[in-house]
Amino acid sequence: MSDIIRRMKDLPSTHLLGTGTPMCSGCGALEALHQIYDVLGEKTVFVNAAGCMTLLSAYPFTPFRGSWLYTAMASAPAGAQGVRDALDILLQQGRLPSADDLQVVVLTGDGSAYGMGMSATSGALDRDLDFIYICYDNEGYGNTGQQYSSATPHGAATATSRGSRGYPGYKKDLFSIWAAHRPSYVATVIGSEPLDLAKKIEKARDMKGPRMIIALSPCPTGWDYDPRDSVEIGKLAVKTGVWPLKEYVNGQVVHTRIPRERPPVQDYLRRQGRFSHLFQAGQEPSLVDDIQQRVDDYWKEVV
Amino acid sequence: MAATLLTGNVAAAWGARLARVDYIPAFPITPQTEIIETLGGWLDGGDMEGRMVTLESEHSMLTAAGAAAATGVRVFSATSSQGLLHAMEMIYTVAGWRAPFVLVNVSRGLSAPITLEADHNDVLAARDSGFLQIHCADCQEVVDGILMAYRLAEDPTVRLPVMVNLDGFYLSFTREPVNLPDPAAASEFLPPFDPGMIRFAASAPASQAVAVLGGSPYSYFRYETHLAAQRAVTVYSGIAAEFRARFGRDRGVVEAYRCDDAEVVFYMIGSFATKAREAVDRLRDAGHRVGLLRPRLLRPYPADIIADALQGVQGVAVIDQNLSMGQGGVLHTELCAALYGRPQAPVVLASFIGGLGGREIAPEEFYQMAAVTREAVATGRTPPPRLLYTEDELREIRKLQSIALVERDETSPIRERQQHTGGRDEA
Ligand SMILES: Cc1ncc(C[n+]2csc(CCOP(=O)(O)OP(=O)(O)O)c2C)c(N)n1
Ligand code: SF4
Ligand SMILES: [Mg+2]
Repeated sequence: MSDIIRRMKDLPSTHLLGTGTPMCSGCGALEALHQIYDVLGEKTVFVNAAGCMTLLSAYPFTPFRGSWLYTAMASAPAGAQGVRDALDILLQQGRLPSADDLQVVVLTGDGSAYGMGMSATSGALDRDLDFIYICYDNEGYGNTGQQYSSATPHGAATATSRGSRGYPGYKKDLFSIWAAHRPSYVATVIGSEPLDLAKKIEKARDMKGPRMIIALSPCPTGWDYDPRDSVEIGKLAVKTGVWPLKEYVNGQVVHTRIPRERPPVQDYLRRQGRFSHLFQAGQEPSLVDDIQQRVDDYWKEVV
Repeated sequence: MAATLLTGNVAAAWGARLARVDYIPAFPITPQTEIIETLGGWLDGGDMEGRMVTLESEHSMLTAAGAAAATGVRVFSATSSQGLLHAMEMIYTVAGWRAPFVLVNVSRGLSAPITLEADHNDVLAARDSGFLQIHCADCQEVVDGILMAYRLAEDPTVRLPVMVNLDGFYLSFTREPVNLPDPAAASEFLPPFDPGMIRFAASAPASQAVAVLGGSPYSYFRYETHLAAQRAVTVYSGIAAEFRARFGRDRGVVEAYRCDDAEVVFYMIGSFATKAREAVDRLRDAGHRVGLLRPRLLRPYPADIIADALQGVQGVAVIDQNLSMGQGGVLHTELCAALYGRPQAPVVLASFIGGLGGREIAPEEFYQMAAVTREAVATGRTPPPRLLYTEDELREIRKLQSIALVERDETSPIRERQQHTGGRDEA
């Protein structure tokens, strides 16, 4: 596991996460988690907040070979604090051999990370907690039926934004909020780009301090598309520039993929039922234009 | 060891220190803050080993406390009032995890209106959570209660978090002589925490607090927690017997003060019970057969022990320092439930609400509650619940209100405007 991942063929070939979970088929969050787990390995304890992934470990089964603690929607990072501190105390007192130490990994959705759990996360960052935070971002409260969250993109239809203009707000910039705390590491990833993902998780794994990962997670159920399209939609999110792949290390933000020729965002939007109202006859084109404009503005700053 | 003068808060800190706690997740709130400041001072000065972390909320504090206990260290934490309510989701959650640790609650009335002084609505809001509850009447009981609480929490047949309650101001900031157990004796009484198999380690992967699907496994775990809590009555009794043998102090499930031949008994929890004890002595002096029954252990609810202690008693004056809105006193309701249908149960359970937000309960009020209860026994008619409040108090409130009204009339711009528009508000 200490081999450095450079090419696709360096990716782990053994898959650690068990199968037969109750996640929807084509779940982009599970896709990312599979890959992340392969890199992090079983000497981990996942501290989970309420969301779709909570149902991974349902009594008496778990797909994890390592450990798991479910907390609540708001406070998974505080759970990680308690576990990390307790492990450190046990190590220091000689009550836990160092071979028994664990990597503490928070696993929450966007609803938790962008909203209810933000103060607990900010606190953990203030305290320079040695942990990895994985936010699988399906851009809504998925487990409760995909209501909009503060990670929902502008214009998307959700269970609570069914109107002709969809969600009126704009997706919150969690990457910058996290980076403003100056943690060891922040990165965006996506399951459809496994090499980029594995490199970043590997880098995070071998660091200390707070290491923060946001994985955009295409969600056939919440985004309304055929489960078989998950990978392709993920790739389009990156190609169109909607989901920038980047990392923050040592005070610098670096883009790990700069799409030179970006296809129009509508190539991404049209594939998903949650944006279909944007393309209906009679709909003013301004919404799609607005989305495109924001993506263009973002990349203008980068290159 | 000679007694030292300690506040209830410092006594609580000593309880944690003598328990050799490993980990203290903290968050400030009056009247509890002195506990964490004291512990923080000891940790900084090297008087005590362990680690303290201030979280950003009590919700997080309880999460960290439960998570650390689930990982296998001895955890102490403290809160009060709004903090306890803010953490309430996790109070239930960590009890469900069966995470054994001790949380001190320094009782304080709940908002609104916001206040600082004591009553028991905060701690009783947690009564159904799975946390066990030990209620203290003086500062000595705080130290003793914490040491016993760890024994109870960590007992493998119990394995539940325990709350130790002391009243804000009346105990938290009141100095009383306290006999601190000798550290060696304390550690003999309370050996190191052995988490057994329930912990986190790479070589022994564990899934804790997992979801269940459906009512059957859910019921299974809820019943397990309930049965464990029920077992804690017997376990506590054993711990109290050992504590008495070692330290010479009686810390039984209930304090039954002059109850043996009593006709009327005060029933209450917390520091105000010491006022009731005093009233019992005065009433006894006056020839009345009065006693006091005070549960130390309120969760699990020691129904049989309470019923035994009340055998032969005619009337009980239940004094609730809490108020379940639209229902009445929590202790009264629970006592009725515990005694109903028992052949030897007292005929009258009279309900009195008092001491809310630290309001004093005067000796005369105790005498009157005893008289009302005695009267009810004589007539066989249970009186309606009483909300203790004197005419003097009401007059004082009315006075303040009139002063405030005059002030408003003299100074309020709205009032001026109303005068200009002939009393009608402008649209
Ligand atoms: C305190 C609290 N409020 C509400 C809920 C209900 N709830 C469960 S999961 C969930 C959605 C979480 O959204 P997110 O973090 O994005 O995860 P996802 O469901 O999308 O996987 C909500 C609102 C809860 N469990 N706890
Ligand atoms: S709703 Fe979406 S995120 Fe949740 S399990 Fe299904 S596909 Fe995955
Ligand atoms: Mg979500």
